[in-house]
Amino acid sequence: MNHIRQKGVLKASARNRGGVGVSHNKNTAGCETVRMPAPSKVTLAMRQHIGAPCRPTVSVGDTVGVGQKIGDSDKYCSAPIHASVSGVVTAIGPLPLASGEIAEAVTIESDGEMRLFEGIAPPKADTKEEFLAAVRESGLVGLGGAGFPAHVKLNIPQGVEIDTLIINAAECEPYITVDYRECIENSWDILSGVRVVKDMLAIKNVVIAVEDNKPEAIAEMKKVADNFQDTGDEIKVMSLRSRYPQGAEKMMIRSVTGRKVPPGKLPSAVGCLVMNVASVSFLARYLKTGKPLVSRSLTVDGSAIAKPGNVRAPIGTLISELIDFCGGFKADPYKIIAGGPMMGSAVIGTDFPTLKQYNAILAFAENTFRLKKERDCIRCGRCAFVCPLNLVPTAIMDAAKAGNVPMIERLSADTCMECGSCAYVCPSGIPLVQYLRLAKAIKNKAGEEQCR
Amino acid sequence: MPLNKKLTVGPSPHVRSGATTTGIMLDVIIALVPALIASVYYFGPGALALAGVCVGTCMAAEYLSRKAMKRPNTLGDLSAIVTGLLLAFNLPVSFPLWMAAIGAVVAIVVVKQFFGGLGKNFVNPALLARIVLFLSFGKQMTSWTAPFAWKNGPDAVTTATPLNLFKLNGLYLVDNMKNIESTPGMPSMLKMFFGERGGSLGEVCAVALILGGAYLLFRRVITPVIPLTYVGTFAAVMLLAGKGDLAFVGYQVLGGGLLLGAIFMATDYATSPINIKGQLIFAAGCGLLTAAIRLFGSMPEGVSFSIILMNLLVPHIERWTLPKAFGTPKEKRKENEKSGVKT
Ligand code: SF4
Ligand code: SF4
Repeated sequence: MNHIRQKGVLKASARNRGGVGVSHNKNTAGCETVRMPAPSKVTLAMRQHIGAPCRPTVSVGDTVGVGQKIGDSDKYCSAPIHASVSGVVTAIGPLPLASGEIAEAVTIESDGEMRLFEGIAPPKADTKEEFLAAVRESGLVGLGGAGFPAHVKLNIPQGVEIDTLIINAAECEPYITVDYRECIENSWDILSGVRVVKDMLAIKNVVIAVEDNKPEAIAEMKKVADNFQDTGDEIKVMSLRSRYPQGAEKMMIRSVTGRKVPPGKLPSAVGCLVMNVASVSFLARYLKTGKPLVSRSLTVDGSAIAKPGNVRAPIGTLISELIDFCGGFKADPYKIIAGGPMMGSAVIGTDFPTLKQYNAILAFAENTFRLKKERDCIRCGRCAFVCPLNLVPTAIMDAAKAGNVPMIERLSADTCMECGSCAYVCPSGIPLVQYLRLAKAIKNKAGEEQCR
Repeated sequence: MPLNKKLTVGPSPHVRSGATTTGIMLDVIIALVPALIASVYYFGPGALALAGVCVGTCMAAEYLSRKAMKRPNTLGDLSAIVTGLLLAFNLPVSFPLWMAAIGAVVAIVVVKQFFGGLGKNFVNPALLARIVLFLSFGKQMTSWTAPFAWKNGPDAVTTATPLNLFKLNGLYLVDNMKNIESTPGMPSMLKMFFGERGGSLGEVCAVALILGGAYLLFRRVITPVIPLTYVGTFAAVMLLAGKGDLAFVGYQVLGGGLLLGAIFMATDYATSPINIKGQLIFAAGCGLLTAAIRLFGSMPEGVSFSIILMNLLVPHIERWTLPKAFGTPKEKRKENEKSGVKT
């Protein structure tokens, strides 16, 4: 790996504690993004974001074009869903998702033409209000994996001052290379997206942050950023230590600005706004064309995939069709993960659609897993040592098992971002993240009971 | 393509590091081997027999007690072997084998398994067993064989340990300190370092213990915090007590079970604090107590008692030193301390 320091590239202002050195496995870094042709059908779940689910705005039998809105909600914290292929709506109803939960979904049989919806035109976004409304209409959610509606994030409350916009291109999860490809292939889109957000929200500083294991991405970002220098407001590029979970929002803000987001607070509390690199790049294209979020890039990789690569696929494509597009399986898949191996979720089968938040589909054969026997906790302290948020996972586990709510609170269990570092290192193979979720659930339940 | 097998699902993360409990225990065993070899060199095959009995009994006790409690068999984590070796390291070579076996049963069944097994015991099994043996079989526990006596025929020559000599000759008094090396029976500093002195199996050879400790550090099984703080605090107190007499400090650090305790016993995961602040307090406490027992107590040695005492305090130390979550503001910290949520 090439860690040569590049001229004019900033170094991190602070070094985070903990974290783990997972092997990067960025096998697909050299794979140019290929556009997937129209799949036979897409299934669009009405909830592909954090917030209120959408209601279908079309009926069975309707003919739809790419980019036509097919689901929306009257709630603010929600993101509309758009048809990702042209064709006919064949079904509307509850369907199981890859995670096993059931959600309302719209199925569109594709006519193979990918005909654009007639109503698509560049949105009007001259004022901040128009801009935010346009962002909501685009259906954009955080493409880094969290799925938080972008217009909510960008709507900074009155009185809160944001002085730094951080563009997150850390991509610390192993295997995934879509953000890297975005930096290389769409660097100008990223830059114009950055300009828009910066101008609309009047943010002084912009830092594009990349992990130092991607020197080509850093170089490319630096190159385009330099072109903006003449305008007076500089866009900076920063190289960060490659250490999981560098891309987590709190870790990112600390590395870039040295500031610490307090537990339970948003990045705006310390004057920061963090956006994923693919999100800003999409935003630039959307403002130019008016085409909402109907496709996204995914890394398809893992030891069971015949031809790994980066694919731009319509949202709602079945995982099985996506994998077939990548040559199918070359070995029996043992586990398939939507997202990265550290924070992604294992899917129960391949007959399920992709969601906006998925940035990868990874399929692994059995022999690639290092399975550990689950044993009793030996109190080795490794979990606490690596926790970037300074928690003591083994103690939280004990508190959760005992149902000890005051202790769960005292141990700040709800700060946990489920990065998985603790479970990664645990020599006893304990699924600590599961216990952390349990702890949060117990606490929430206790809270609800008190309210009653 | 249809799937012909069911997919596995499970919570994230889906990748895991290579570290395993068994691997860690194996590393500890490897780190103990130099000291074991040294003990055979100085005390003869009897040392090996004693270690064998302790390890064997520990394993049998672990297997049978888990079976009796209808719990899964845990021999595979190798921790019983570590306990067996550490127990043997704390015994004199002449110790009767059947008594050693009793110690092993106490360590595994009473101290470890009664409290739920590996990681749940609140004191070090080998050390508590040693104390039980010391209280039950005091005479056998304190009869020390001279190094190399095994080569000179069946009549084992008994000797006094360096710390015995300190007590007997009043060497803790500053006035007498210049006599340390001329005290009859006191090994030279060099011999202390290489282990040619009376003592229990594993404690005599400082070189071997340091070698093992270095291996554990290198393998990241332990961090230097506990061993350095323990030995450092102890040495500092002794330096004060000896009014700067370095030979005195040297004999104190090398004599008795300080290094064995600091490197292998006080670093036991289950019975030491998890966070660094707690480890500092714990190890400093061990150092102070050990120094106090040696200087003022009636017993020549205090490592076991000090560590056990501090083991008992670990839950409290952890409560005092609970780390604050990332980004917790300063005022909030104070507030939390004041409200003092009881655990
Ligand atoms: S890493 Fe695993 S074994 Fe070690 S203290 Fe944490 S939970 Fe226990
Ligand atoms: S999953 Fe939670 S507890 Fe575990 S390391 Fe990450 S933040 Fe810490």
